[in-house]
Amino acid sequence: MKLKAPDRITFNTSGFCPGCGHGVAGRLIAEVVEEMGLADKLITTVDVACGSLHLTDWHFDTVMAAHGRTLVTAIGLKKVRPDNPVMAYYGDGAGYAIGMAETMHAGLRNDNVIAIVVNNAIYGMTGGQMAPTTLPGQKTTSSPYGKDAARFGKPFRIEDAYSGFDIGYLARGALVGAANINRAKKMIRKAFEKHMDNQGLCYVELLSPCPTNWNLAPLKAKDFLLEEMTQHFPLGEFKGGDTK
Amino acid sequence: MEKNRTDVTRCKGCGYCVAECPKQAISFGEHMNAKGYLTIVVDQEKCIQCGSCYRVCPDNVFEIL
Ligand SMILES: Cc1ncc(C[n+]2csc(CCOP(=O)(O)OP(=O)(O)O)c2C)c(N)n1
Ligand code: SF4
Ligand code: SF4
Ligand code: SF4
Ligand SMILES: [Mg+2]
Repeated sequence: MKLKAPDRITFNTSGFCPGCGHGVAGRLIAEVVEEMGLADKLITTVDVACGSLHLTDWHFDTVMAAHGRTLVTAIGLKKVRPDNPVMAYYGDGAGYAIGMAETMHAGLRNDNVIAIVVNNAIYGMTGGQMAPTTLPGQKTTSSPYGKDAARFGKPFRIEDAYSGFDIGYLARGALVGAANINRAKKMIRKAFEKHMDNQGLCYVELLSPCPTNWNLAPLKAKDFLLEEMTQHFPLGEFKGGDTK
Repeated sequence: MEKNRTDVTRCKGCGYCVAECPKQAISFGEHMNAKGYLTIVVDQEKCIQCGSCYRVCPDNVFEIL
């Protein structure tokens, strides 16, 4: 089996920390886009957060949106460029804290864009503050004694929030371990296929290690993701799915 | 025979590939790259070209030939 990273992902060293899941997510997206022949048509939006580093990795037309406005910027782009596939790429802080209104209204309207949301249970770029996705008891720079879920809420789950909405596709994958990564790629592929078929909001959340701000070595971060994070964020397809 | 070509200028020493390889064909060598990371080496004899290292690497170090 021949395997080579797509030409649409740069061969410069990416700016991500060692073991960061954003690098895997970026490659999976580039693989799907290349396989589907969409590289020249795709328009992406990235957020003012760690995922914005894809600006220098990806060779796609990309707009850097204001923090948390990544999804709504993509929705606007799709309205003026209806023949182009459009994908928003952002983190859990962007989607579930500052951009919560955008997330909920996009689901309510079933807007015709792809959303790839990298959930590392933390604000990565700004130094590891608590996010709505932070696990109960998880220590962050703004919850140094561990998150008190009674005060700050349980980890925010998109499948619960979107339960009443009819959207094109909703799935959650993980960016550690070859089997999970293969499955995550199939989810991204399905989101792109349904998007090309104009099925509305096609949403994939990807659990992603942030070794730097979890204060864990990459292999320990992988264990934390698989053992702790998946307890709160089950993997699988929630809407529109039949991926094996 | 070269089965698995690596570009260790991109390696960040995370160790995911070492943990994932079913044939224990990947280990940390003694070479430090320009960014200061200790990088991996692949034992081409042991490699069965399963592609797992390619899949888990966040930094596109591997090319399975
Ligand atoms: C309007 C605005 N508010 C706050 C910030 C500061 N800020 C930058 S990134 C970020 C959170 C990043 O977390 P997330 O979206 O989860 O992305 P990650 O870096 O973890 O991938 C914040 C609060 C900003 N750039 N713009
Ligand atoms: S801070 Fe976390 S999310 Fe940001 S690049 Fe580093 S590991 Fe990745
Ligand atoms: S391709 Fe498979 S066997 Fe070869 S080095 Fe990578 S993980 Fe090991
Ligand atoms: S997974 Fe990639 S970056 Fe991490 S140690 Fe292996 S080759 Fe280096
Ligand atoms: Mg985050």
